[in-house]
Amino acid sequence: MAYALQQLINGITLGLIYGLIAVGYTMVYGIIGMINFAHGDVFMIGAFLSLIALSGLASFGITAVPLALALTLVFAAAIAALYGWTIERVAYRPLRGSFRLAPLISAIGMSITLQNFVQVSQGARVKPLAPLIPGGLELFREAGFTVLLSWMQIAITLTTMICLAIFTWLVTRTPLGRAMRACEQDLRMSALLGIDTDRTIGLTFVIGAALAAVAGLLFLLYYGAIDFYIGFVAGVKAFTAAVLGGIGSLPGAVLGGLLIGLIETFWSAYFSVQYKDVAAFSILAITLIFLPTGLLGRVDVEKV
Amino acid sequence: MNPPAPAPLLEVVDLTMRFGGLKAIDQLSFVARRGEITAVIGPNGAGKTTAFNCITGFYRPSSGALRLTHADGRIFQLERLPGHRIARRAGVARTFQNIRLFAGMTVLENLLVAQHAPLMAATGFGVLGVLGLGGYAAAERRAIAKARAWLERIDLMARADAPAGALPYGAQRRLEIARAMCTDPVLLCLDEPAAGLNPRESEELNTLLLRIRDDGCSLLLIEHDMGVVMRISDHIIVLDHGRKISDGTPAEVRADPHVIAAYLGEGDEGIEQETESVA
Amino acid sequence: MTRAKAPLVDAFLSALIALGLFAPMVGLVTMVGPHGITLTARPRAVLALVAAVFVGRLALRLWQAQRRLVPAAPGRFAITFLAAARYIGPVLLAVALVLPALVGRARLDLGVLVLTYVMLGWGLNIVVGLAGLLDLGYVAFYAVGAYSYALIAEASGLGFWSCLPVAGLLAALWGVTLGFPVLRLRGDYLAIVTLAFGEIIRIVLLNWVSLTNGPNGISGIPRPTLFGLRFTAGDGPGTFAGFFHLAPSPTQRVVFLYYVILGLALLTNWVTIRLRRQPLGRVWEALREDEIACRSLGINVTTTKLTAFAVGAFFGGIAGAFFATRQGFISPESFTFMESATVLAIVVLGGMGSQLGVVLAAVVMIGGPELFRPLADDRMLIFGLALVVMMVLRPRGLISVRTPSIALGKATVISADFVTEGHG
Repeated sequence: MAYALQQLINGITLGLIYGLIAVGYTMVYGIIGMINFAHGDVFMIGAFLSLIALSGLASFGITAVPLALALTLVFAAAIAALYGWTIERVAYRPLRGSFRLAPLISAIGMSITLQNFVQVSQGARVKPLAPLIPGGLELFREAGFTVLLSWMQIAITLTTMICLAIFTWLVTRTPLGRAMRACEQDLRMSALLGIDTDRTIGLTFVIGAALAAVAGLLFLLYYGAIDFYIGFVAGVKAFTAAVLGGIGSLPGAVLGGLLIGLIETFWSAYFSVQYKDVAAFSILAITLIFLPTGLLGRVDVEKV
Repeated sequence: MNPPAPAPLLEVVDLTMRFGGLKAIDQLSFVARRGEITAVIGPNGAGKTTAFNCITGFYRPSSGALRLTHADGRIFQLERLPGHRIARRAGVARTFQNIRLFAGMTVLENLLVAQHAPLMAATGFGVLGVLGLGGYAAAERRAIAKARAWLERIDLMARADAPAGALPYGAQRRLEIARAMCTDPVLLCLDEPAAGLNPRESEELNTLLLRIRDDGCSLLLIEHDMGVVMRISDHIIVLDHGRKISDGTPAEVRADPHVIAAYLGEGDEGIEQETESVA
Repeated sequence: MTRAKAPLVDAFLSALIALGLFAPMVGLVTMVGPHGITLTARPRAVLALVAAVFVGRLALRLWQAQRRLVPAAPGRFAITFLAAARYIGPVLLAVALVLPALVGRARLDLGVLVLTYVMLGWGLNIVVGLAGLLDLGYVAFYAVGAYSYALIAEASGLGFWSCLPVAGLLAALWGVTLGFPVLRLRGDYLAIVTLAFGEIIRIVLLNWVSLTNGPNGISGIPRPTLFGLRFTAGDGPGTFAGFFHLAPSPTQRVVFLYYVILGLALLTNWVTIRLRRQPLGRVWEALREDEIACRSLGINVTTTKLTAFAVGAFFGGIAGAFFATRQGFISPESFTFMESATVLAIVVLGGMGSQLGVVLAAVVMIGGPELFRPLADDRMLIFGLALVVMMVLRPRGLISVRTPSIALGKATVISADFVTEGHG
């Protein structure tokens, strides 16, 4: 019972991180109908940027944890947003309206480029980080097993909630959000009505990248180790989450993320760690086969 | 003495189609008879294309029956057959409101794809064909001959090797009809074949459709162009808001006050006055 | 960024963006030290990159400004290319046939590698290029073929030639099994599901140690023989060298392998060309163009897609068996998503459905990086960038025209603007 509760806590934490990344996938797919293969690698870059910022701040003597984290968050989100914008501008925009496989290959190429860019510039070794927010609350003990809710986990939950709240406000209450939703419904019509679709799409990528960077920072703090390859697997799982929740649906992305995080955690705890990725991929396949619109998505009736 | 009415070909019985909470078609019943051109008309949104999609297997009806009777007595329940079987076994072909040609393939290739079934049978599961054995060469010659005949009929012989996507609009429409006919159907369903055609092209379309009917294939068509409908139809069904509001010959339908009201939107008093003056 | 900005301003802004991108990532390198992470500054590298971006962007804008506004005649390049292609094809074939006489062993080995990818490309071309199904997990069939051959050969003692068709059939069977539930998915979803299955296969191969020996792989895979003659280091009885009274040399085996893969690839090509002329190939292409129209013509879309998947999988499996026999050793590491991506890139770059395009693309994409081998790690970086650049410059691929499979008169090529690329 205590073991299960611990897995629950861990699963939710992991799921929230996936959810942050999944939001970026679902937004981009909703607005231009393409899977941004390179999104997972933006998450990885966000993690690296966070590491660089934290190390840099430490060497400048800024070690007060809240301040350092706040500055790092802003820095990583800003630079990752720049990456997101550049990727869209360079690899996707010239291919918009072109046939379907070209942006997909371009995205795969971008993903390979980003992974190797980081590998070449930062080295292939795993980069560790000492835990910055150690300790936590002991919830209860049972038969020698302690259920621990760490401060880090609380921090992740709070940060994710705040980010998603800001993001939801952005999408539902601001002109930009309206423009994004309009473009999602009908891109051409939005352009005809005077919306700057290029800018709206670019900003969609920017926001998605910023959220992915936050996820990267949280990942770095939670797991304490990153390398240039974490983007690929996290990316597929986050995409699974987006599909599971219903592609195009923002609450769906978060819900999907939570489900994937819980399934992965419980699977590793009770079955086998080696096959945990298989669990995620299998869920993706099963969801797409039996429930292609996901849990909260819209049904698309094809007009004959 | 009146000659006996032609045998029924397609009997639509209490067809209902629901999309979520919306009832697109409500208890629709009509009969399309063999050897006739039956037109389905009505204002936009009346449910005509939805009915078509049910008949040709692209939607599964919420309820109702669609009985297709061949000349040799075979009966097909269309509401139970998957889409491709309706075309292949039941012999119901169709064209689409937005032309769906194979744009990157030539005119000839389009007509050959339509004859896929007999050609495939001649290749012995594809294996013998690859090896050059079996009767494939002969079957292909027959298929090309049939394609040629249709190309003559629709006056596209000169453009047989052009990509279908490069044809002018009217030619594309004719090609789509010819392609559907290459499947040797007993019932050809046409979804707004005259849309976007100028008067001369409409005339040619009329000639083509009448010829198809005279050659033995029955037609069911959705159309807005009243010139085409009144000129060539033997039987007209009028839909409005998913329900049938009139059913009869062109002359009967033209005078039906309910039809006039549906298209022009007269008030109820107008209908009563009309009915009184007609009676 | 509006296009109206003067080139200099544009280049300056691009350089600023480059600064933002590169200064942290390239300029501050994280080094793992005894006390945690330390940062090493590399300002010169950043400056060099930023300067390169500035100059490059400026050059691009200036070139664009003075380029004539008359658009090139659509497809004119491609049409003249294809007129020449009638000769390019046979020329390439002739070169391929006599290649062992022209180059040394190392280059011949590269030739074997390129031909393997050509075969994979031709196999995937059936699925993606002809039928328009987005398959991102083609490596699964490659892996099934390789492991089937390795395991069957080990268990039954049969040779390469006997096991080869079995490996192909098993891969085809897997293709049907995999295809059945997923083929009604459209477009990107099909792509992702196939990617997921490819990864599942790899992880299963990695972890099912009792069957596949896990990460250690299977070694001692039997090599192919020429009518029973083995290619060994010695020249005793039953060996190639002994039979033909030649001095034994490892080159002989490489030459033999080269002709084996050439033969297999040409078989794939021949079957594809024949199928295109058959109703099956034609209906694959029609499926790619418009699936709904196909259904209205009485075509069973599901079985058609399954057939494309199965045939493509068959050739992928055979290529996998060849790969296993060529290396003598296989492990799950060789069957990653990168392989699927590479083969797909070859098909797309070649120009969908074009057999010749696949050859050219394979030569460029596999042969090319070999030339860059001295650059080691940067190789993959350049590969990734090359993919992006190639797609942006020529989204339709090298050969962006389609040749009709049949004509009443003279078959003229169809520009890619008419050809649909398929939505799965």
